[in-house]
Amino acid sequence: MPPVISIRNLVKTYIVGEVEVRALRGVSLDVEAGEFVAVTGPSGSGKSTLMHILGCLDRPTSGQYLLDGQDVSKMTRDQLAEVRNQKIGFVFQGFNLLSRTTALDNVELPLLYRARMRSSERHKMAMEALTEVGLDSRADHHPNQLSGGQQQRVAIARALITRPSILLADEPTGNLDTRTSIDVMGIFQKLNKERGITILLITHEHDIAEYGTRIISCRDGHIVSDQAVKHRRDAEDELRALPQEETVA
Amino acid sequence: MSPLMTFRIAFKALGRNKLRTALTMLGMIIGVSAVITLVAMGNGATSVIEEQIKGAGTNMITVNSGNFTQGGARGGIGSAQTLTVDDADAIRNEVQGIQYMAAGVQNRYQVVAGNQNWFTRIQGTDVDLPLIRAWPTRIGSFFSAQDVASASKVAVLGSTVNTQLFGEGADPVGQIVRIRNQPFRVIGVLSSKGQGMGEDNDDQILVPYTTIQKKLMGITNIQNITISAASATETSKTADEIALVLRSRHQIIPGQDDDFMVRTQEEMADLRTQAMGTMTTLLAGIAGVSLIVGGIGIMNIMLVSVTERTREIGLRMAIGAKGRDVLLQFLVEAVTLSLLGGGVGIALGFGLAEGLNRWMSWPARVPPDAVAMAFGFAAATGIFFGFYPAQKAARLDPIDALRFE
Repeated sequence: MPPVISIRNLVKTYIVGEVEVRALRGVSLDVEAGEFVAVTGPSGSGKSTLMHILGCLDRPTSGQYLLDGQDVSKMTRDQLAEVRNQKIGFVFQGFNLLSRTTALDNVELPLLYRARMRSSERHKMAMEALTEVGLDSRADHHPNQLSGGQQQRVAIARALITRPSILLADEPTGNLDTRTSIDVMGIFQKLNKERGITILLITHEHDIAEYGTRIISCRDGHIVSDQAVKHRRDAEDELRALPQEETVA
Repeated sequence: MSPLMTFRIAFKALGRNKLRTALTMLGMIIGVSAVITLVAMGNGATSVIEEQIKGAGTNMITVNSGNFTQGGARGGIGSAQTLTVDDADAIRNEVQGIQYMAAGVQNRYQVVAGNQNWFTRIQGTDVDLPLIRAWPTRIGSFFSAQDVASASKVAVLGSTVNTQLFGEGADPVGQIVRIRNQPFRVIGVLSSKGQGMGEDNDDQILVPYTTIQKKLMGITNIQNITISAASATETSKTADEIALVLRSRHQIIPGQDDDFMVRTQEEMADLRTQAMGTMTTLLAGIAGVSLIVGGIGIMNIMLVSVTERTREIGLRMAIGAKGRDVLLQFLVEAVTLSLLGGGVGIALGFGLAEGLNRWMSWPARVPPDAVAMAFGFAAATGIFFGFYPAQKAARLDPIDALRFE
């Protein structure tokens, strides 16, 4: 089986005014199916640019990017939109849920940009995705009626509904407190372990990165280290160890 | 994305800010309802004119003294005093194909009956008028040739005048009305001819023209002659002959302007219809300007909406919306705004037209093609003014849009 992500010599250069910004300076990387990869690095390291290209939101200046064996580095805007819809599930730091829209409708959203589907089928799939993140009882709640952790879970359900090849999480715990962060990481670990979903996590917090199976560090547009996690953190155990009165995620 | 879904999303988005949506629609509502109402007024007036021609018969000819241009000095109907009874007699004797004719003089006076009074038009005419205009008396009788010859002080009341002076449906025959302090004996009441564009046919008193000449105004000329041609098809030929007779009698040399005007009923109606058409087009055009203003309002709000929802656009793009999906979403929103506004405007236009009918006695009729046109215009405005904001949204970069604060 080919790697889910395979990039070779990826270069991304921006022109900001007169200045040339070399955000990525030849990055190569393979991610196999079922991996839980954490990408870390300080700001300006190029990890955001890497994530934008891996998420098909942007195209590399040069280099090759194979997603599921398909070359996506030279695709048009609309083709990339199609690839994002089919193969990538996004989870953002700011949740990016539509306000005044129920959790269920938020989760359904990616399906609206697919070939036509019965609304009953859409509802069924959205309910399944919500059940997977443990929020099936809040399906008709609006985002402002949900806690931060719950909102992020809705966002995860939205990313899952299309059965993507890869789940791309960009600082998913950045807006959450410690306990809720562990909770959300628990969901990622569960999805990775039980469903075998490939996850790419972008974070600048090293302890969050340790929930993954592999940590990649970026600096100045290069990958400076790439190693398996030796002492992997287990969110479920940590949650159990936390004092009970705080269980209000 | 299916079209139905696109509309649902548009409705949802518009429903989120109802006050703003309503205010934005207001421009379209005012524009469309104004166009509809004005076209309805023009259309109703035109059809009333058409009915009047049918009612009066196409063979009626009117001769008025005076003309619009006269030796450089622009006057108008009634501005010359050169039309006389002798002219009328000459026309009767020299022109072929005349069936009926009646000389006319008119003025407005305060009329008193008992303790009631009413300011109305006193129309001096001849015995043929009821025949020319197919206008019989409802009560009593019309005056006779003898009354005209002797300038008798007799009056035939229009039904509005009768109502004002004696009460609804009263029989005033034999009563006295005073015009300029002179007693006139009422001998009949005309049947009702109804309203015609702000002019009430029933709001007048008919008296022999000789009486108004001698007893009320002290003049010898006449102001107009109403004639009916024997044949409807020969009407314009008869009118030409009348003009010839008058020109020779008034010694008007070729090239000089006439001091009278001969018009067939058809010409008069055409003139009025044309004038009405021009007026309607003009007013509808002015109202149309507010449609453009409404469109600009929609564009403005859509631009605000695109900016406000930049993150939403970014998210939609990230999860697979193509440029076309985003374009369509905002375009449909703009069109929905304009069509809703247009729909409400059409309803309001119908309401206003009905109100004009009921309370202003203006026969407004909304033509179906005006509704289709207004709706089409509303849709076109939405597409035209919605396109730029929608395109702006569709061209956003998903990364920038997602980061937008």
